Amino acid sequence: MTGSEFNALLPLIVIAVSALIVVLQVAIYRHHLTSLILTLTGLVISFVTISIARASAPLQITALLKIDDFGLFFIGLTLVASVVVALLTYNYMKSREENREEFFIVLLLAVLGASTLVTSTHFASLFLGLELLTVSLYVMIAYLRTSEQPLEAAIKYLILAAASSAFLLFGMALVYAEIGTMEFSVLGTRLAESGGYRSVFVLMGLGLIITGAGFKLAVVPFHMWTPDVYEGAPAPVTAFVATVSKGGMLAVLFRYFIMTDGYSYQTVIIAISIIAVASMFVGNFLALLQRNVKRLLAYSSIAHLGYILVAFIAGGEMAADAIAYYLVVYFVTTLGAFGIISLLSDGGDEKVAIEDYRGLFWSRPWLAAGFTMMILSLAGIPLTAGFIGKYFVVTAGVGSALWGLVIVLAINSAIGLYYYLRVVVAMLSTSDEAEKLPEITVGGRIILGVLSLAVLYFGVYPAPLADLIHSMFSGLI
Amino acid sequence: MILVWLFLIPVIGGLLAWMIDRQSKTAARWISLIAVGLDFALAIYLWMQHFDQMSLMERGNWLVQVQYDWIPQYGVSFFLALDGLSLLMILLTGLLGILSVMASWTEIQERSGFFHFNLLWIIGGIVGVFLAMDLFLFYFFWEMMLIPMYFLIAIWGHENRIYASIKFFIFTQASGLLMLLSILGLYFVHHNNTGVYTFNYMELLGTSIAPNVAMWLMLGFFIAFITKLPAFPLHTWLPDAHTEAPTAGSVILAGLMLKTGAYGLLRFVLPLFPGAAATIAPYAMFLGVVGIIYGAILAFAQNDLKRLVAYTSVSHLGFVLLGIFAFNEIAMQGAVMTMICHGLSTGGLFILVGGLYERIHTRDMERMGGLWTTVPKMGTAAMFLAMASLGLPGLGNFIGEMLALFGAYQANITLTVFATIGLVFATVYSLWIIQRAFHGEPREQWNIKDFTGRHITIMAVMAVVLVWLGLYPKPVLDTAKPAIQKIEKSVRVQTMTKTSSPIENMTVTESSDVLKVEYENEEM
Repeated sequence: MTGSEFNALLPLIVIAVSALIVVLQVAIYRHHLTSLILTLTGLVISFVTISIARASAPLQITALLKIDDFGLFFIGLTLVASVVVALLTYNYMKSREENREEFFIVLLLAVLGASTLVTSTHFASLFLGLELLTVSLYVMIAYLRTSEQPLEAAIKYLILAAASSAFLLFGMALVYAEIGTMEFSVLGTRLAESGGYRSVFVLMGLGLIITGAGFKLAVVPFHMWTPDVYEGAPAPVTAFVATVSKGGMLAVLFRYFIMTDGYSYQTVIIAISIIAVASMFVGNFLALLQRNVKRLLAYSSIAHLGYILVAFIAGGEMAADAIAYYLVVYFVTTLGAFGIISLLSDGGDEKVAIEDYRGLFWSRPWLAAGFTMMILSLAGIPLTAGFIGKYFVVTAGVGSALWGLVIVLAINSAIGLYYYLRVVVAMLSTSDEAEKLPEITVGGRIILGVLSLAVLYFGVYPAPLADLIHSMFSGLI
Repeated sequence: MILVWLFLIPVIGGLLAWMIDRQSKTAARWISLIAVGLDFALAIYLWMQHFDQMSLMERGNWLVQVQYDWIPQYGVSFFLALDGLSLLMILLTGLLGILSVMASWTEIQERSGFFHFNLLWIIGGIVGVFLAMDLFLFYFFWEMMLIPMYFLIAIWGHENRIYASIKFFIFTQASGLLMLLSILGLYFVHHNNTGVYTFNYMELLGTSIAPNVAMWLMLGFFIAFITKLPAFPLHTWLPDAHTEAPTAGSVILAGLMLKTGAYGLLRFVLPLFPGAAATIAPYAMFLGVVGIIYGAILAFAQNDLKRLVAYTSVSHLGFVLLGIFAFNEIAMQGAVMTMICHGLSTGGLFILVGGLYERIHTRDMERMGGLWTTVPKMGTAAMFLAMASLGLPGLGNFIGEMLALFGAYQANITLTVFATIGLVFATVYSLWIIQRAFHGEPREQWNIKDFTGRHITIMAVMAVVLVWLGLYPKPVLDTAKPAIQKIEKSVRVQTMTKTSSPIENMTVTESSDVLKVEYENEEM
């Protein structure tokens, strides 16, 4: 390994090392707060080393990994999200579980998996990263092993994720059998030379890969697990599943499409378009029926992935910017929404029924304002980040003249409003239900405050983030 | 900078009112009143400052403008500009803002800080809509005013408020999204033509668009604006929202929010897509006439006094639509005049109904009757406003509707005849209000207090302004004139080229280049 390769891999190395350090720490001195601090230190150092890695980027390291701005951006995003999840988990586990320290080890491993995933340029590293992420997630979901719901959710996730991994693996094998390579870049040229997409094997393989990825992204028709897992998993873990796991998968899928020139294959694009439309409609319509906030957010996330897919299908430079901006927004808002749920669920059961939030506006105006902001951002209302995100996605769609998809998106935004507003209406109602909710710790308030400010800031003044994204992604296409 | 303050004052005032509410409710009310008062004063100052130039100014570029970068990489700028049309709308906003704060002085007791926050933010958003000359910014403000309005209806509304607020929100949001698509379509067409990404209104004006594309893009704007206006058949959110909203909400909805739709038609649909607008003009005028008659008939059929007033808005705004799409200066002047006078007279009626509701806790006209003897001052106010609403000569509404009809007559005689029938209907429903609520035998014994000084002041202001507009409308017409002429010219140029070369028209892309050239000359 050369020096520059080492530098480029530093973010990943730091994460791996911190996982080991936390293992050692737990063996020697079991202490919750220390584990948290070590984990956070690892995440922050890793984040700082991104700038070191950037100096030597873009760099292809063996055939497996490519450290470039695109990958580093998503690593950064993952790290920031993980910091929030770690903080939320600390608070959430404090009163719930005896052996809480190991959670952070698994969390770090999941982050490592996600980071590998977003930098992979090879089927092998893709699969490796994905499995590292997924296996860690099984543990994270089932971590509260004494209660029933998380276990149920974990089993469901285990079976479906394992099945989807099998699909993915089989798809890769079929492509490999026909083309003879697992490297994205070589794959692209060979496919173009041989007209490989006419081959049944390749098409089937690609179909299976999309199926496997679809499971991870929870898009229709591969979405069945989402509401149950969202509902059953501890709220901070749900936030992690919703953000890091989906974002990582989407990033690698985008890279795959760019590198193998997937956009020139109409069949595939049509298939993804159908998935996008179905996700938007099914997600939004089923969300209308929910009375449980976590399930509601699960269905809404299905719809949101449909929105992102519109930009994905659009392709091109604008699409990359749109996807990245939307993902950032989606990360912040989702973390905020689940953060509020997990912070309000101190001690006893999670507060997940919409009714639990009745009157929150009057008993806790600031908290309710924050929650409202997250919800409005998910709905894409101006002054919030969600609006700018949606605007970028629509721009990308219109830019590629995807009028049909864009109109479906507009219709769905209107449908979505209805259930988002229901949550807001509940908070506004003149009932004192919400007074039973527990107080939020100071740390929790800071997290929520920062996330709310981020939503506001990205919604009012998007130029810096858009600039950053644009400059990081300009080399991609 | 003064334009930024026009927008910022209500926004900051709203935040202050919310903050201070915990200490003192009265302070929150006073802060709101001062904020809108300041806004109004600023608008008056602008009017005075530019009054002479405005009437001299046949050239008609912006009176004041301010521009900052916002998202430069996507060509989005914070571009506010003011011409006569915007100025009139802002004056109306300031005046109605003051009146609506005054009208809710005693009505809103619960959570009044948050109430005033929402009220002032709506006003801020509306001011933004009237000033924004960057299409992205315009859309931003357009959507921004919805959320506080939604809260206003959903929290302080009457019985059926949740249904009404959600319906209002979804209607306006969905139509707004169509507009967003059109804005983006225009943005990309302009980029394909020139290689520049921009949302700047002035730069987009010259965009040449293939006729069929222009039609689709125009329809996106058109639907958004006539939903807000509202025109038949997209008006169904209005009766619910107006009826369920608290008084101040109804005043703002009827007086200002509906005007943003009309303003959008004048400012964006006509100048940006003159050809496509000319094509649909007969249909738009037809919708206007349907609205006039349909709104009037439904108004007559209501028992709920507030709902009745709500339906009269559909009818009055029909004249506005008719006037705008008649495509001549006099009709557009009429439309603008009607917008202002309708804002005042209908706003006044809502305040009256709100005052009545505060006293007798019903809006059902079956239970009223003979109120004149109990509350003569309210009766007088109602009489005056009803007269204004039916278009009595000497009051502003008369001027507006007459001008609109004069202009429409030149464009389409048949439709104008039907529109005129609407005036008769207006007489019927206006007198019907007086007859059922204030005249006749009292059906129930109400022991209630008459208007106090606060309401009398509100009504007096309305009356003075309406009489002034009815007798001496020249200042307003002069103020609007340059802006209107500019818009009218853009359409006329287009329709002329259309008729002169019907064959060429098939291939030629439509453009408002002529207008663009003029703008550029003016700026030198």
